Amino acid sequence: MIAPEAFLYLAAVLFAVGLVGVVVRREAIIIFMCIELMLNAVNLTFVAFSRLLGSIDGQVIVFFSLAVAAAEVVVGLAIIVAIFRERATTDVDQINLLKF
Amino acid sequence: MSPLILMPLFPLLGFLVNGLAGHRLPARAAGAIGVGAALAAFAAAIGAVRSLLLLPLGDEARVLEAFLGDWIVAGDFTSSLGFRLDPLSAVMVLVVTGVGFLIHVYSLGYMRGDGGEWRFFAYLNLFLVAMLTLVLADNLLLLFLGWEGVGLCSYLLIGFWYTRTAPPDAGLKAFIVNRVGDFGFLIGVLLLWVAFGTLDLGEILARAPRELEPGGALVSSIALLLFLGATGKSAQIPLHVWLPDAMEGPTPVSALIHAATMVTAGVYLVARAHVLYLMAPLALGVVAAIGLATLVMAATVALTQNDIKRVLAYSTISQLGYMFLACGLGAFSAAIFHLMTHAFFKALLFLGAGSVIHALGGEQDLRRMGGLARRLPITHLTFVTGALALAGVFPLAGFFSKDAILVAAWVGRGPIIWGVGLAGAFLTAFYMFRLVVLAFYGASRQVHAANRSASRAANHAHVHESPPSMAGVLVLLAILSAGAGWVGTDLIAGGNRLGSFLAPVFAGGEHIALTEAHGHPTRALELSLAAISLAVGVAGILFSLIAYRWRPGLAAALRRGLAPLHTLFSHKYYFDEFYGRVLVRPLFGLAALAFRWVDVGVIDRLVNGAGESVRAAAQSLRLLQSGYVRRYALVFALGVAIILGLVGR
Repeated sequence: MIAPEAFLYLAAVLFAVGLVGVVVRREAIIIFMCIELMLNAVNLTFVAFSRLLGSIDGQVIVFFSLAVAAAEVVVGLAIIVAIFRERATTDVDQINLLKF
Repeated sequence: MSPLILMPLFPLLGFLVNGLAGHRLPARAAGAIGVGAALAAFAAAIGAVRSLLLLPLGDEARVLEAFLGDWIVAGDFTSSLGFRLDPLSAVMVLVVTGVGFLIHVYSLGYMRGDGGEWRFFAYLNLFLVAMLTLVLADNLLLLFLGWEGVGLCSYLLIGFWYTRTAPPDAGLKAFIVNRVGDFGFLIGVLLLWVAFGTLDLGEILARAPRELEPGGALVSSIALLLFLGATGKSAQIPLHVWLPDAMEGPTPVSALIHAATMVTAGVYLVARAHVLYLMAPLALGVVAAIGLATLVMAATVALTQNDIKRVLAYSTISQLGYMFLACGLGAFSAAIFHLMTHAFFKALLFLGAGSVIHALGGEQDLRRMGGLARRLPITHLTFVTGALALAGVFPLAGFFSKDAILVAAWVGRGPIIWGVGLAGAFLTAFYMFRLVVLAFYGASRQVHAANRSASRAANHAHVHESPPSMAGVLVLLAILSAGAGWVGTDLIAGGNRLGSFLAPVFAGGEHIALTEAHGHPTRALELSLAAISLAVGVAGILFSLIAYRWRPGLAAALRRGLAPLHTLFSHKYYFDEFYGRVLVRPLFGLAALAFRWVDVGVIDRLVNGAGESVRAAAQSLRLLQSGYVRRYALVFALGVAIILGLVGR
């Protein structure tokens, strides 16, 4: 079978990619997708450990995590739509009024 | 309630009512409250003295006491709110409340239309409270409370017209100069406490002869320090400089505070502490010397002043010098006698001057007066009465009291001191009648601001006699100035009533001082000395009439001929200039230095620095808030990485 460490490595890579995407990309929706990517990487880690440790807890947490991710997407997209209505752009660098 | 407590209580209530609610009352109500409180105080004083007189005569002085409670209790030290009335304070109390009441009445007319009547009467009432506390206090701390209180009221009343620049400055000068005296007073009180463990006057005066070494350093220091306080309050050399400036205050204030009552507090203090002074011949000598020097100095200055109130101010300083001379000779009841008569005629003179100023619409310069005798008959008559009393003309009051002091000088110290006092009497008569002539006689030298071409008759019509509230008081004081002398002389049957009334207080001390030197004066000696002082007074009056009325050129010629002396006198012996150069300017320089180095250099730096550093820190921290979400995300990620790195360890 596939070694359990491989899942962990994959999850780590996915997480890193998502992190870099959040920091580097300028479009709000892409940033959101990267955040989802990070969340899913974490979910993968939980499941991998659940398999590894033979405990069902990891998979239960994933359910919670998915629900939270869904809710977060709802709210986040609503915010982006509101901003887009105001500014006609999704470039986060333009959303910088809360500065010194 | 004991009349001793009622006496200061009524004016205190008057002060509270006028002070707190007076601005909402009509001016007449404020005046009525003030006068009513003063009248009530006078009635209480009469009641108290009557009760005192009803006490049986004994060896000790008769005393009435009232105790309100403890004021300060701190460890061993207690100071109480206790009042004590003995013959000495009885005289003071009657003078203070009696003359005070009359001056309150006068103020009704004088201050009409001022707009600040409620403040004026509130301060006047407060002054009565403080003065009565001073005189009735049974312990030195309570006395000091009254002492400071009268100083405060003096400051408030001198600077009453605070919208002008001169009055507040004068008030400040008065208060600060007084403070120097108070310093001496407090050190003296402190020494007394160290020596006796109590500040109760009766106890101290009773224990002093046994417990203090006569002529020793301690008792001399205490006496001298207390006298320093007295020179401040009673305007003697070297702390006399505030009194002439105090004339910026309304004339009733000058009459009450700076002639009849507050300035006499120093004399009262020395008389009250006579036991200490009689034990310290050095201090007694200093008192007499300063009294004598002040007497002469002030009389010479009064000769040259052109402001009617300044002449009277220097006259007051001079007469206070006579009182201290008497104290320094051990003749304490003569000093109190003169205090009493002086209160009457000096208040009369000041109020009369106020009447003149009021009639002339504010003019105070003698060179612009004249010809007022016909137009202000009551003022003129009463003023001349007061002037005659001051000059010591028989049978008016001043003759007897001044003569008592001069006799004490001859008997106690000999002809030289007596001669100087006599010269002072000549000068007194001279400058006083110079004032009378310049103000009341001759042609009118009034200067009219507008309408030179308008008829002089129309302008002169403005000069009017004072209203009854003012004129009536003048008449009453004139009667007192004329008749009050008889209580203090033993030339008539019944003897020296005042002297025998006060004698138990001074318990033979006077006789010790007087008879030690030259023995009791004989009747013949007394009469001849009296005749000489009368002659000298009359001579002074005649000389001034000659120099200013009958041969006017003489005055000018004298001024030219004695020019250097005249300059010295008219510049008041340059005391103010000297103090300004030696004390005031260095102090201001020191204050400026302290301001630059400490206030600005240290404190402002600390305070502003605190604010400045916060601002600088904030200035740099705000750069964190760039508004760029991506940078926040990066920092977030880095932070997580670092923490994970640390936790993982």
